[in-house]
Amino acid sequence: MFGLDRKDASLLIVVAALTLLAPFILNPFPEGSSLAQFNAGYPDLMQRFVIFGIFAIGFNILFGLTGYLSFGHAAFLGVGSYSAVWMFKLLSMNVIPAIILAVIVSGLFAVVIGYVSLRRSGIYFSILTLAFAQMSFALAYSVLTPITNGETGLQITLNDPRILGVSQTAQGGIPVTNIFGLEMRSTYQLDVGPWLFQFNAGYYLCAAIMLVAFYVAIRIFRSPFGLTLRAVKSNQQRLNYTGMNAKPYTLAAFVISGMYAGLAGGLMASMDPLAGAERMQWTASGEVVLMTILGGAGTLIGPILGAGFIKYFENIFSKINDNVLHGWFSFLPDGLENFIVGILHPFIGKGWHLTLGILFMLVVIFLPGGLVEGGQRIARWMKRGKASKSSQNTNPAE
Amino acid sequence: MDAIILQILNGLDKGSAYALIALGLTLIFGTLGVVNFAHGALFMIGAFCAVTMNRLLTLSHEVLDPTKKDFLGNPLKVKTPYISEWFGPETGAALIDWAVPLSILLTIPVMIGIGFVMERGLIKHFYKRPHADQILVTFGLAIVLQEIIKYFYGANPIPTPAPDAFRGSFDFGVLLGFDANTIIYPYWRLVYFGFAAMIIGAVFAFLQFTTFGMVVRAGMADRETVGLLGINIDRRFTIMFGIAAAVAGLAGAMYAPINSPNYHMGMDFLVLSFVVVVVGGMGSLPGAVAAGFMLGVLESFASMNEIKSLIPGIDQIIIYLVAIIILLTRPRGLMGRKGVMEE
Amino acid sequence: MSTSNFTRRGVLKTGVVAGAGLALPTIFTASSAAAFTNEPTGSSVTLGFNVPQTGPYADEGLDELRAFELAVQHLNGEGDAGMMNTFSSKALKGNGILGKKVEFVTGDTQTKSDAARASAKSMIEKDKAVMISGGSSSGVAVAVQGLCQEAGVIFMAGLTHSNDTTGKDKKANGFRHFFNAYMSAAALAPVLQKLYGSERAAYHLTADYTWGWTQQASIQAATEALGWKTVNNVLTPLAQTDFSSYIAPVLNSGADVLVLNHYGGNMVNSLTNAVQFGLRDKQVNGKNFEIIVPLYSELMAKGAGANIKGIVGSQNWDWKLQDEGTKAFVKSFGEKYGFPPSQAAQTCYAQTILYADAVERAGSFNPCAVAEALEGFEFDGLGNGATTYRKEDHQCFKDVLVVRGAMTPESEFHLVEIVEVTPMAQVTYDPEHPMFAGGQLGACNPGA
Repeated sequence: MFGLDRKDASLLIVVAALTLLAPFILNPFPEGSSLAQFNAGYPDLMQRFVIFGIFAIGFNILFGLTGYLSFGHAAFLGVGSYSAVWMFKLLSMNVIPAIILAVIVSGLFAVVIGYVSLRRSGIYFSILTLAFAQMSFALAYSVLTPITNGETGLQITLNDPRILGVSQTAQGGIPVTNIFGLEMRSTYQLDVGPWLFQFNAGYYLCAAIMLVAFYVAIRIFRSPFGLTLRAVKSNQQRLNYTGMNAKPYTLAAFVISGMYAGLAGGLMASMDPLAGAERMQWTASGEVVLMTILGGAGTLIGPILGAGFIKYFENIFSKINDNVLHGWFSFLPDGLENFIVGILHPFIGKGWHLTLGILFMLVVIFLPGGLVEGGQRIARWMKRGKASKSSQNTNPAE
Repeated sequence: MDAIILQILNGLDKGSAYALIALGLTLIFGTLGVVNFAHGALFMIGAFCAVTMNRLLTLSHEVLDPTKKDFLGNPLKVKTPYISEWFGPETGAALIDWAVPLSILLTIPVMIGIGFVMERGLIKHFYKRPHADQILVTFGLAIVLQEIIKYFYGANPIPTPAPDAFRGSFDFGVLLGFDANTIIYPYWRLVYFGFAAMIIGAVFAFLQFTTFGMVVRAGMADRETVGLLGINIDRRFTIMFGIAAAVAGLAGAMYAPINSPNYHMGMDFLVLSFVVVVVGGMGSLPGAVAAGFMLGVLESFASMNEIKSLIPGIDQIIIYLVAIIILLTRPRGLMGRKGVMEE
Repeated sequence: MSTSNFTRRGVLKTGVVAGAGLALPTIFTASSAAAFTNEPTGSSVTLGFNVPQTGPYADEGLDELRAFELAVQHLNGEGDAGMMNTFSSKALKGNGILGKKVEFVTGDTQTKSDAARASAKSMIEKDKAVMISGGSSSGVAVAVQGLCQEAGVIFMAGLTHSNDTTGKDKKANGFRHFFNAYMSAAALAPVLQKLYGSERAAYHLTADYTWGWTQQASIQAATEALGWKTVNNVLTPLAQTDFSSYIAPVLNSGADVLVLNHYGGNMVNSLTNAVQFGLRDKQVNGKNFEIIVPLYSELMAKGAGANIKGIVGSQNWDWKLQDEGTKAFVKSFGEKYGFPPSQAAQTCYAQTILYADAVERAGSFNPCAVAEALEGFEFDGLGNGATTYRKEDHQCFKDVLVVRGAMTPESEFHLVEIVEVTPMAQVTYDPEHPMFAGGQLGACNPGA
């Protein structure tokens, strides 16, 4: 199907099904119940899941295939966001031109940075990309304020000179991003008993784009181009000896992954028209590295899992406070309740960084291949369970 | 001229902090082959050793003073440090005043202990794992360490003053024949510079002139062969990790009076110190130290008004700009060896 | 499936209407039954408190949260009612807001505009908050204010000091109780003249981002009006931790005053460094060298320790004020938490009470009705004396405190002493003042 073999096609179908049904899957707990805190099925977070998924998929094309660890990928995301917001300010609130411009500009940016940085390899390459990204961040925050609006971030205002469209709506508000009239924020709400499911136009646009991006990534992984990139990772020297110049291939991979990042940035700006400089900071670059490694670098699905994992913690755990805890454990006797809340207190709310740090360590220590390996182990364990059961049936003496 | 001398002083001082952290990072990388993202956190813990020393010395018991009122109108609780009671108010005050230098006594054992535990408990299992895994696990550890500090000490910076004897600044200008007040430099920063130079010298001497150091250097060059010779290199590497942690910790403890310590100061230094290490060349100790001082001096020059007015914002990016230029002209940094961390 | 209750009320009408180029603001939810975003229908109403819980301002955020929690208790009729007793408007009855019990959700801004918006969005989309408050930097405040405008909820800004929040980036749904850079400068200038004379040469170190620039411009304008000279203005990178190379040249520049337009960690470090260099013990042009920190906060004062002694700056509020509102607030806050509140806590508490009161007076949670009730509202008893919420830019006008680092602290909480209370009239400016021009409030947005 689509030129994929059966295994990849079924992976794509599973991912497609999961993204399309995400509003249900992520909202397993009824509204108003104490576990509703863990629901992630609201538009903003779902959008973030898929957007950071795209970012991580793109990063994985570079890192997972060629082994080049870029520590400045957030710069492309930031550049993409800025270009998209400028498109909204100057041209139209339609997201299509904004996303296209975001991809093109970040692609150009990636050509320049990639061309320079790829002259070195290993950690020297990482530091070069880091240096470029940090320079972009520092300049965007201060000197380039006329273009980036610095600290406050680039936003849409009431007096933007929009060529195709109006500066203000008839009610005197700021127009919203849309795709041919369908607003990104419009949401269809479905009440099923105590459950509330939200189907957001912006989310489905992002999800569709992510599926395309995922499909393209699979094709790249399985293509001769992808094989060449893997050869770069396993032994670049040998590749050079065969008379092949690896540089154009790695540069191509770098630019493609930069364009993925730009696409993610453009989508972020389309969902929420704001572009802030801290999107380019090294911590943001580090985050996508973490997502990819945590999920499983070099695997197809890993980066998406990693992105979901980190964003979930950031958005859900940071919002749990002591009040919520007391709500959960209110059925216990007072002393016990306070005790349990006291124990959990350092790990929630303001302590969500601590929880995330501990989880990082646990995953890396026990699952060297990331979350994907965790999944494989569970699958194997279940298989073995079955196998041993069947062997027990046939061979009761053992 | 005087401005240039002043900025060189500044640069050397800044550079000494960079050089100390980069030295420890390189020690760990060179001996163990591990990229330690938690090194900034070790620096931060060192600074908090100074804070803790200060707290320990000022441990007090509270007495209600009915003549004074607190902000709610209740009787004021007056705190008297135990130490003033035991040693008399004057000795007590002097001890508290000297908390930061005294904290060295606390920092060394604490940091060596942390270093041992870290190496035996965690890092040891990562020697054979890819660098990416090492980065991730030590980064996770860095977050955990700084969150623990935040939990106990809060997020706000904690003032940790230097002893009164080192308050104020020294007038170099008069010494060199300039007008008064043209080249002044704080005493404590001079102390810090001297301290850094001493530590760097000690580490080099230790590696150069002791048998232990010789074995470690041999291990850095070829770990397997040294192991085959029947030398227990693992134990030595553990000790080296402890020493590297102590170097970072001491750098942090003495840094506390320069800038009030806060829980994320390690992260602030982390990226910078990696740039320093890489610019110096992976695995090269002299390279790390040289790059530290060089970047410190260049950063100071970039903050001069004359240069800022030529290129606005140059001080924001100078370190990265220099890193790019050096890495493009010298493929492996200033003194890097071929083949180290190039895959 | 017999219990399922599929409703059709949420059918997208946008597609049809937007086709005509008249996009109805369907804000986040296209369901047409509600009159405005997140109209509370049950017995409770949810407020969203979005403060930094990680990163350098985490302690300030924590103090804001304490104040919010206290305010919610008082609104629900628990505790001693604090400033609700001294507040000039008596609309609040201690039975929640409009009889609905007040509940709240908290989030982490991380002091990043992106993260702050993500957190605020989750409060609006998931928790159905009708009002968002909090924040501890202007970048975050402006970003979240923009979001609330688009979403159709009210934003009651926490600690934000940049002129832009109610200047070029003002929004109809956003309100600021805290003072701003212009007011700081206007309040400081006469005191500086009194303390240091009118023949001074100032050297500015300025954080290189929007807030720093507005702060510096305001102070420069105000001091030059006194006759001061401005020797130099040097921009410092935000990420800077060691300011020695910026401070070293100050003494030789001919300046006799150093103005540190820094906040938070920047300010703690630059002040510590400046004192380390011994600037305060020097004599230049025959005068004592002085350091000024235009915006003070208790936590910064604590971080800078003894270096803060005698350094002049401005504050929105201080717990040592002696009016009835302050006393009531300090009492209930102090009894609950064991230490006096910071100015960030006070502004957050006041904002929550002001919002609740406006809803009560308007008789509706509709953001447009609430905004109307707040616009031009004059009140007293919330710790700042007589205060007005100006209609034109949604900025509160009230007295500003000029403070000085305490020379002989009486207790660990006694960090600053009040030098002067500059009256409201002196810090009031025209809404079209050039430092605030360039923005429009726009129309209030009720959302759905």
